Parts: sequence; C-alpha cells; structure tokens
Amino acid sequence: MGAVVSDGCAAPDQAAPLPASVDLEKETVITGVVLAAESGEPVAGGYVRLLDGGGEFTAEVVTSPAGQFRFFAAPGTWTLRVLSRSGTGDAAVTVGRGLNELTITVSAA
Amino acid sequence: MSRGTVLVTADWAEKNLGAAGVVFVEVDEDTSAYDGGHLAGAVKLDWKQDLQDPVRRDFVNRQQFEQLLSSKGIGNDDTVILYGGNNNWFAAYAYWYFKLYGHRDARLLDGGRKKWELDNRPLTTDKVSRPATSYVAGEQDLSIRAFRDEVVSAIGAKNLVDVRSPDEYAGRLLAPAHLPQEQAQRAGHVPTALSVPWSKAANEDGTFKTDDELRSLYTDAGLDGSKPTIAYCRIGERSSHTWFVLHELLGHGDVKNYDGSWTEYGSLVGVPVALGDEPGEA
Repeated sequence: MGAVVSDGCAAPDQAAPLPASVDLEKETVITGVVLAAESGEPVAGGYVRLLDGGGEFTAEVVTSPAGQFRFFAAPGTWTLRVLSRSGTGDAAVTVGRGLNELTITVSAA
Repeated sequence: MSRGTVLVTADWAEKNLGAAGVVFVEVDEDTSAYDGGHLAGAVKLDWKQDLQDPVRRDFVNRQQFEQLLSSKGIGNDDTVILYGGNNNWFAAYAYWYFKLYGHRDARLLDGGRKKWELDNRPLTTDKVSRPATSYVAGEQDLSIRAFRDEVVSAIGAKNLVDVRSPDEYAGRLLAPAHLPQEQAQRAGHVPTALSVPWSKAANEDGTFKTDDELRSLYTDAGLDGSKPTIAYCRIGERSSHTWFVLHELLGHGDVKNYDGSWTEYGSLVGVPVALGDEPGEA
C-alpha cells in the first residue's frame, strides 16, 4: 500500500517512492537526506521540520532508516530544522516546482 | 483543569510504566511506529481503524467505543496516559475523544514520542496484552464537539481559531507540507477565524509551552476570553491539540473542536470563505 495518503495528517513513510499521482509539474517537492557531521552516516529517526519564510512551523517528518525526508511545499524560501539524538542542524533553501534535493548535516551542540 | 491533572512528564511516565491503574496508550495514524518500539506495557490505538466509523464519516458509536476499550483492557477507573508521534496530534485527538465519551482520568504525555526518543528513553517491541474489561462509556459530550452549522453561525459571533499553518490558512497550501497537495477542495479559511497555528503552543521538542506563554499567545492573537471558542484544522487532530491547550491547560469554559474541519468546510456549497493572511469580514 502506498504510504502517501492524504486523508490523514500523519507523516508517511519517508523511504517510499513518490506516488504516481504526484505531478512534479505542479508539486514542489523538497527531499533529501540527513547525515551526521562527524561520521557522515545517515541519521535515522531524526525529526525534520519545515519552517516557512516567516520561520513558522509547516510540517514535520521522521527520517527513514536511510536518513531520508520529503515535503510537498510551494515555491519559495524555506528552512529545514533537524532534531535528533545525533544533534541538530539547519538548512535554508529557495525552491521552485519539481524535485528539490538537499543534504542536511547535524552535529551535537 | 490544570497541568497537574491532564499532563504527565516523561520522567513521571518512565517511573510509572507498569504501575497499577495506569494504562499507557500510543495513538497514531500509522501504527508502524508502535510496532517498531513502544513504551513498555503500552497498548496501541489506530486513529483511523479504531476510532473512525468504517463507512460514514463519523466516530465509532458508544457501544463500539466500549467494545474497543474493553478489548484493550482499559477500565473506567484507569488513568489513561496518551502519547504518540506527530507532536501528539493524534494523542490529543484521542484525549478529546476519550473526554467526549466521558473517560474520567486521561492525561497526555508531554512531548509524546518525540521527546521520549530524543531523551533516549527505553522502547520495547514486546507484545502487550491486558485482560479484557467491561468498559462503560457515556453519551457523547457535545459541549466539546462542534458541527458545521454551528461553525457557519459562529462567523463574526464566536472565536474561531484556525490552527493550521499560515500557508494553509491563507490558501497557499491545501494540506500540511508533508502530504501531496492534490486535493480537490477550496483553499482558505472560515471568515473571521484567527490564525493561531497549533505549533505556537508547543516547544521544538513537542512539549507544551508554559501557561503564561500560552495565555499571552491567545491574548495577543485577539482571542476574546468572554466568548465561546471553536477550533478547527484540516481533519480535527491538530485542533484537538489546541482544544487541549485552551480547555484543559488554560481552563477556558466553552471550547469546542470542529472535527469536520477544513476537509468538510472547504467542500460545503454556499458558505463564505476568506483567502489571504487576514481573518476577513463576517
């Protein structure tokens, strides 16, 4: 069963392939991987939150075993903020429609 | 109501795992989190499978709720500690739902799964089974549940609080940004609704802000404490979080959760809708 269903609000499986119903001509997808700065290893079970241009919370997902995350946003400027047992990290991005990929590194405070 | 009777800390929870008369319940939409590791002794509830009628858009009825809690081994006198992922959205929804059916002592685990995990507290995959009970539910307490007609008549008359993200409120997004945006419904908000995103009530680790911070949040947003309040979001779970803050933590008397929320309102024919960042006129 495809994990990306929109009748609820829970975060879908972040490792699942993009569903065929997602139209990349219309959707603005922000996706990527979270890595630990020291080891370079993927961070599983990290909490990634998407903050809008005003710094306001928009959504949060938990990274897959391979450290992956994915959001369906809108064109514009966003901040991604990661909390994890390996530490915290931030990344700012300006995105357009289609697939936008980035890597976020986290380090202990 | 006050913090001490409706909320427990992670420290308290860890010390009371397995305590007599205390039942931990993990509530999520996707129960794979529970299956991958849960608090010791916690039973799971599936937001959709267990709490929604499989055919109509409504809740399970009183008898079904009694059967559900009985089969999970939850008794009327148990202290039920609810927690989950998604910053406790679904746990707060379940809390409100338990109150709807009259459960006496329910509490939320402050910070839910997120704080528990970030604290590196223990999780287990052990199977949990509790002896069945004979749970007796009350009739739904409709003083905490709003339906669509009441929302329409509340425009310009009661406090309406839209707790979705600013982009959903303004109509720039149709759903939270971890979900595809393809739904066929109108975007925007109920005219005169204040925008107070649920997330402003929580710290980054998912715990609730202090009572003073919470009071300021709603006062500054323009909430009129002398009027009844209806909170809504997209499907009613984030607004349960805000209902919990207003009704249970801050003790506002007349607060309802509109569980139909934007997926219902935004599909109604003929009702007023406001676009943009301002509440709009009645």
